[in-house]
Amino acid sequence: MNLDPEMMEIAKVFFEECKEGLDVMESGLLNLDASADRETINTIFRAAHSIKGGAATFGFAEVANFTHGVETLLDEMRNGKRAITPEGTQVLLQGCDCLREMMAATEEGRALDQARIEALNREIGEILAAPGVHAAAAAASEPPSTAGPAADERAAAGAQAAAPASAGVGAGWRIRFEPVPALLKLRNEPTRMFAELARLGELTVRADLGAVPALADIDPESCYLAWDLELRGEVSKSALDEIFDWVDPACRLTFMPFGPQDAAPAVAAPPPAAIAAPAAAPVAAATPAPRPVPAAPAPVAAPAQIAARAPVVTPAPVAVSAPAAAAAPAAAKASAEAGSIRVATEKVDHMINLVGELVITQSMLNRFADGVEPEDLERLRQGLAQLARNTRDLQESVMQVRMMPISFAFNRFPRLVHDLSRKLGKKVDLRLTGEGTELDKTVLEKISDPLVHLVRNSLDHGIETPERRLAVGKPESGLLELAAFHEGGNIIIEVRDDGGGLNKAKILAKARDRGLVDPNQELGEDQIHNLIFMPGFSTADQISDVSGRGVGMDVVRRNINDLGGQVQITSREGHGSVIRIRLPLTLAILDGQLVRVGSETYVISLLAIVETIQVRKDQLSTIAGRTELFRLREEYIPVIKLHEMFDVSGGRQATEDGLLVVVEADGKRVGLLVNDLLAQQQVVVKSLEKNFRQVRGLAGATILGDGTVALIIDVPGLIDRNSADELRAGAARAARSERRAVRAA
Amino acid sequence: MAKTILAVDDSVSMRQMVRYTLQGAGYTVVQACDGVEALELAKESRADLVLTDVHMPRMDGINLVRELRALPDYKFVPMLILTTESSQEKKVDGKRAGATGWIVKPFNPEQLLSTIAKVI
Repeated sequence: MNLDPEMMEIAKVFFEECKEGLDVMESGLLNLDASADRETINTIFRAAHSIKGGAATFGFAEVANFTHGVETLLDEMRNGKRAITPEGTQVLLQGCDCLREMMAATEEGRALDQARIEALNREIGEILAAPGVHAAAAAASEPPSTAGPAADERAAAGAQAAAPASAGVGAGWRIRFEPVPALLKLRNEPTRMFAELARLGELTVRADLGAVPALADIDPESCYLAWDLELRGEVSKSALDEIFDWVDPACRLTFMPFGPQDAAPAVAAPPPAAIAAPAAAPVAAATPAPRPVPAAPAPVAAPAQIAARAPVVTPAPVAVSAPAAAAAPAAAKASAEAGSIRVATEKVDHMINLVGELVITQSMLNRFADGVEPEDLERLRQGLAQLARNTRDLQESVMQVRMMPISFAFNRFPRLVHDLSRKLGKKVDLRLTGEGTELDKTVLEKISDPLVHLVRNSLDHGIETPERRLAVGKPESGLLELAAFHEGGNIIIEVRDDGGGLNKAKILAKARDRGLVDPNQELGEDQIHNLIFMPGFSTADQISDVSGRGVGMDVVRRNINDLGGQVQITSREGHGSVIRIRLPLTLAILDGQLVRVGSETYVISLLAIVETIQVRKDQLSTIAGRTELFRLREEYIPVIKLHEMFDVSGGRQATEDGLLVVVEADGKRVGLLVNDLLAQQQVVVKSLEKNFRQVRGLAGATILGDGTVALIIDVPGLIDRNSADELRAGAARAARSERRAVRAA
Repeated sequence: MAKTILAVDDSVSMRQMVRYTLQGAGYTVVQACDGVEALELAKESRADLVLTDVHMPRMDGINLVRELRALPDYKFVPMLILTTESSQEKKVDGKRAGATGWIVKPFNPEQLLSTIAKVI
């Protein structure tokens, strides 16, 4: 359909709303069983109802039609006409998916998946066709139809109607209208109806005063009049019906088409008395009697006129919306595409407050512009302290704008777990905690896929089948827990299950089989567990479409590392596993360790640093005459000399008596050789790409307090680059085994 | 003076659509997202017409009409319910609560305006 630009904007809001509505429906359906309370099903119904109404209004007829079936089924469930069955719920869930796809297709202007729509429609139709709870009641219930007001049958109008306005001159209707006394209280203004009738043809109105009581008995709000009307002209019965559509069914209303005897219009003037009599009553009702008929009733408002007035109303696309973004699970993905964030008004207000404080502090400090007397010093110090506090608060507050509750990522899991556990024949309870924990929008978007992978893995490999669980004395239903919380300036997300845990022997055997570990190499428990993050590793006995092909966990770890985070697994055989993801709160600010390399200052993310040690020459060995390895306890790690890598003058030539910062990413460790450790501080990350160009090994830059620029080391990138050099013994071996694994797969 | 219409709907897009259409036709539009909010707004200043959706959280349209009709200020104010229900049932419920009439969804802007023009 063609919508003017303003309506297109509103339609966008509608699409957003649909996504929210579908989320509401989905989460409601997942909680829906026979014991669910009425409000659950009502909420689902309301969401479906709104989608249907909106879709129809915006002209998305196919969406509206499809939703109608869903709504009808929900309505029957709501009214108790139909039992709530797992099958019904399942079909409705599929309906949600289908609708989501339909909305996306509509929004993007793609063709709809007709086959899918029809298949689902058929399924819904079958459920609806089956006898309901009270077969008789269901049969008697209204057949699904989107019919307009025409479907409306009026009891009082029961008479005639058979004759659709006969064509020709002299056609018309004789109407008798005896309203109930409460007509006016119901705000059914007869004058309005008569005015409308007068637009359709030549109207004669005669008031019947028979029922008007004595003046003393008149209730000014009651209607005592009845009317006989004659309407000349070609008027269809449905047009009349429409005009009297709202009239209370208790009113007596009859329509008689003119017979041949009426051919000669008997013009009956309304007795003037009719108007004069009940003057007390607000029944000026009878006044607009015969009224000149406008030749061509002008359409009330041509669409063009409305469009022309468009600039008057400009509903902004609600970038800032009051009902807290937290409450409205707007599809995070969609808003990412639009590049906008919904921010709770509260947060914006807080920022405005802080800026106000800042202005006050500024004016306070301004007084010292003309110079500082010794006695002012204390006040100046106070002012500066206040400025520092304001700035910090404001920074925090601005950062908050990018923060979104993790529920945006968690919300998809109830459905996922529901579907997957069905598919796998397992029983799983999902518990979500800390959904309100906020993290940066970008981090949130990027963590979503890895989380899905981890949850799938837990369901597929972790939690056992009900039989197996019962056999080992566990409750039949497995427990999968997703928890998010803050810990020391980081966000921790844990995926816990009470399943079988990791099978160390199996993992080790597989790793050896795949050549990921040397046959005679001894590994500690943690090291074995972490083998599952190696590329090409999969322990599923059979590759299923759930767990994939073992290309997962290494990708998960890489994604998390790319976000500046870490992932660890701990597991107890027979008792379950905990996967722990540690993420920075935001990507815009980094907890950095400042290091000196020659004359330059570099920043290394604190999260990536394992430890820092003084290097002794005897701990170093050289391979291929070039790469140096450092023996860190039982492990050899490659050393990267930052001054060489970045070609900094004044760096240390010899490796000894420098400091080695051991960093970790992707499960690999390297040592970065630096001259000195400087301060630890939060740095604001500036993009190199945007301001200069991408530089390998660097994640960005920041500006330090003294105005100098410090470059931020990209630890995962550096490690990648280093292992790509294939000069490091361990890296070379890993790479070889990776290739082997890939070939094996 | 422009007539004031109180538009009540829990769907933002429907509210915007209604507001856009009505403002374009020169009406002043006050919006509420459910019956409870509408009732508060209605008490603050008198509207010349109330246009309300039926299904809404907290207080539905039928109850809103009933509550409003009980207020002296709203005894004769036209109230229309917006509904996709073409069933007689909802209309009768609405009438009983005191609604003047209804607009069956889907409607286009012209239908909305012509229906409103009938009552104010």
